Amino acid sequence: MRSGKNSLSVWYFIGWLVLIYGILILGAGSGLLAVQSPTSTADREVGIWWGALLMVIGVAYVWCFHPGRKRL
Amino acid sequence: MLAFILMQADPGRLIHLTWVDIAIVAIYFVAVLAIGFYTKGQTQTGDDFFFAGREMTAWVAGLGFLAANLSALELMGWAAASYQYGILATHWYWIGAIPAMLFLGLVMMPFYYISKTHSVSGYLKLRFGESTRTLSAITFAFMTVLMSGVNLYSMALVMKILLGWDIHISIWVSSLTVAVYVALGGLRSAIFNEVLQFVLIWLGVLLIPILGLRETGGWSGLKDRIATNMGSTDYTHLWSTLGSFQDNPMGIHWTGIVLGLGGVISFGYWTTDFLVVQRVLTAKDLRSAQLAPIIGAGFKMLVPVIVILPGLLGLALLPEKLLGEAAAVASNGHSYNEALPLMLARYLGPGLLGLGITALIAGFMAGMAGNVTAFSTVWTYDIHRALFRPHASDAHYMTVGRWCTILGVLASVGTAYVVMQFLSIMDYVQALFSFFVAPLFGTVLLGMLWKRATPAGGFWGLLLGTLASVGMWIWGRLDPGALSIIALSPNAASMAENMYRALWSWLVCVGVTVVVSLATTPLPEQSLTGLVYGHITLPNDAQVPLLQRPTFWAIVISVVFVILNVVFW
Repeated sequence: MRSGKNSLSVWYFIGWLVLIYGILILGAGSGLLAVQSPTSTADREVGIWWGALLMVIGVAYVWCFHPGRKRL
Repeated sequence: MLAFILMQADPGRLIHLTWVDIAIVAIYFVAVLAIGFYTKGQTQTGDDFFFAGREMTAWVAGLGFLAANLSALELMGWAAASYQYGILATHWYWIGAIPAMLFLGLVMMPFYYISKTHSVSGYLKLRFGESTRTLSAITFAFMTVLMSGVNLYSMALVMKILLGWDIHISIWVSSLTVAVYVALGGLRSAIFNEVLQFVLIWLGVLLIPILGLRETGGWSGLKDRIATNMGSTDYTHLWSTLGSFQDNPMGIHWTGIVLGLGGVISFGYWTTDFLVVQRVLTAKDLRSAQLAPIIGAGFKMLVPVIVILPGLLGLALLPEKLLGEAAAVASNGHSYNEALPLMLARYLGPGLLGLGITALIAGFMAGMAGNVTAFSTVWTYDIHRALFRPHASDAHYMTVGRWCTILGVLASVGTAYVVMQFLSIMDYVQALFSFFVAPLFGTVLLGMLWKRATPAGGFWGLLLGTLASVGMWIWGRLDPGALSIIALSPNAASMAENMYRALWSWLVCVGVTVVVSLATTPLPEQSLTGLVYGHITLPNDAQVPLLQRPTFWAIVISVVFVILNVVFW
């Protein structure tokens, strides 16, 4: 998956971005529990579990494609 | 600065963003620029800049191949089409893509890859000579920039309607961001960003079908609600209503879908449009190049989940009826094009909404970067090098490529402003692009599979096929009755015209190429090596493990493709 010799994998970039998004969305979802949801039919817990899922995916990608990690 | 710009919103906008949403959008811009700066250090040669060093894995090339096509307008446009026409819109993702993508991987890619061509026009030079290459390169470069400009304007308009963003700021911020990251890292940067954008598109929109199907009680509940709302079950059948033009919401016959869309338009687009083919040419070896479009086909089959399902869910769940653009403006209601944004607003709260908007912006940037990189390569290799500086250094061509990237973006911005003043141009530009796709497929296909095709046959076939398409289009504009003749039925709707026009123009191209070729001197056999079926040596896959063989995965995807069509018949 790496673009070339001695270079970072694109999945490493993606892992970090998804992790950061997961943290932000989880935080926003948690904050939403305390107030009225602005969306008409939104499940107020969606932000929490989707943010958590993004965090898990992000951590997994950062770990798997870390440049210091020896890969098969 | 960006956050400030994003906050300058019109209070009448459809969607309201919070600071978390704005942070998510802003972080995305930072990420794509960071990738541009990072990949600049790895872009040392022309091959690096124009072909990402030809060292991409099948997965990266395959996702780039798909993402370059998955623009924001595609997302919103096909969600709108599925609201308007029902599940029939899925044909553009399945029969209108999968067979062509598999054909590219299994049949055509060896010719492109082994000939080491720089572009589709470059292949035409090797096979048919300079005149055919110049004709296709100039039309492609010109149309690519125009299309990019039309998409740029459309995207800025969407952002104004959805978020109230200033149209000029949307145009300049998004296009300059694309210019910076592509000019810095070339195709490597574009493809890296396309893979990122592909992931974000899925993460941003996937919640709509998940939450929507939960609300409707699954697929059967969705079908029941649509049948109740529309008073018909026609909106949830893929094939059973295509027996006649008047039995389905699209006004089209199955022959138009199978022969026009599935047989000519999709093959023309997916196998000869350099915008997508260029991504596959970056693969590190022939097997990866063959696998890339097959991987792309696998994901393409899934795209209706995030594009078609939101439109169908809108049909089932939205309390108001969406209208055509003119009717929506007249009644101050919502148009079909707002189906996806309305579903985003319905389900997504703070943070998630920012991710959804980021998905739309990412889709737009992937499409624009695809246009710009393809333009830059074709201009540099097939026009500048071929006509003006044939023996310059590699560094010279890379510099030209960087300048072409910037000029391509500026030309797109210029086109966007022209379109803003003369809206009707938009329809003309989109029609113009469609003129070249079907005949070009005829020319390339005969070039690859028929050794008797000659340079004169290739040139005149391409030219007359294109002119036939233009002629039919003009005829249709001047005489409304022409549609019934072109589409072979008085009940045909406008959507059917494109299908049949493509079919006829392809047949004209093939017919002219065959006749002229038979009337002219054939090329010597030795000049066809590596270019034509029967004169190309393919690597033997006998020792390759089954799971690494392109043919195996093409069969798997074909089986799934057939099953899906039967299930949603």
